Amino acid sequence: MNEKKTKLKLPSRLESVEKAALEAEKLAAENGFGEEARYAIDMAVRESVANAVKHGNLLDETKSVEITFENSGDGFEITIKDFGAGFAVEKIPDPTNPENLLKANGRGILFMRSFMDEVEWSNHAEGGMMVKMLKKR
Amino acid sequence: MAELNISERQAGDITILDMDGKVTIGEGSVALRTTIRRLLGEGKKKIILNLSGVGYVDSSGIGEFVSSFTAVNKESGSLKLLNLTQKIQDLLAITKLLTVFDVYENEGEALSSFK
Repeated sequence: MNEKKTKLKLPSRLESVEKAALEAEKLAAENGFGEEARYAIDMAVRESVANAVKHGNLLDETKSVEITFENSGDGFEITIKDFGAGFAVEKIPDPTNPENLLKANGRGILFMRSFMDEVEWSNHAEGGMMVKMLKKR
Repeated sequence: MAELNISERQAGDITILDMDGKVTIGEGSVALRTTIRRLLGEGKKKIILNLSGVGYVDSSGIGEFVSSFTAVNKESGSLKLLNLTQKIQDLLAITKLLTVFDVYENEGEALSSFK
């Protein structure tokens, strides 16, 4: 098994979402993940990079999004850092509550949790949010 | 090539949008929003989204379906979904939106539902 890390540093633009997802999908395929797992990884990367670009870095192109992909013994690990003001994930409204069903936004975190086996948010030392996700083998 | 291509057909006063591509953050979601706004501006308020050619939707795309649905409802119209792939059905199940949208597997039934 190939256990190397791949790092990406992308500008806070919507185009970075597609770029990150394509790279994740390619690496997951190279490391033997099947179609269903690759779809899940692609979706979770899209959602987390979109959050970092839009809600973390507020589309400020002077701030980047740093992404690490790592194929480990546990599975495919993804770390995504933004350099924004951060947020309390527990305060994000549940989009499946009846009063939120018709809201246009707010489903990205639900998708990340649904498609990955582990998702964890924290503040990182350089200032900003970091999300770590794992798709098990 | 555009991320999402939308072709328009009329069946009486019902507009069918045949969608092909991805409905994701950015271009795909914007294309759908622009089309729905234009149709409402033209007084076309009975709309079917035919999603048979849509292989990928993210949370932004799901949000755009919801926005389209509420925008059409606000104009006393009706928006229905046709030919959902399994992946889109799963996303609507995760988000509990299967109970919100009128979903059809057959175009004839979708058309009849407006009567």
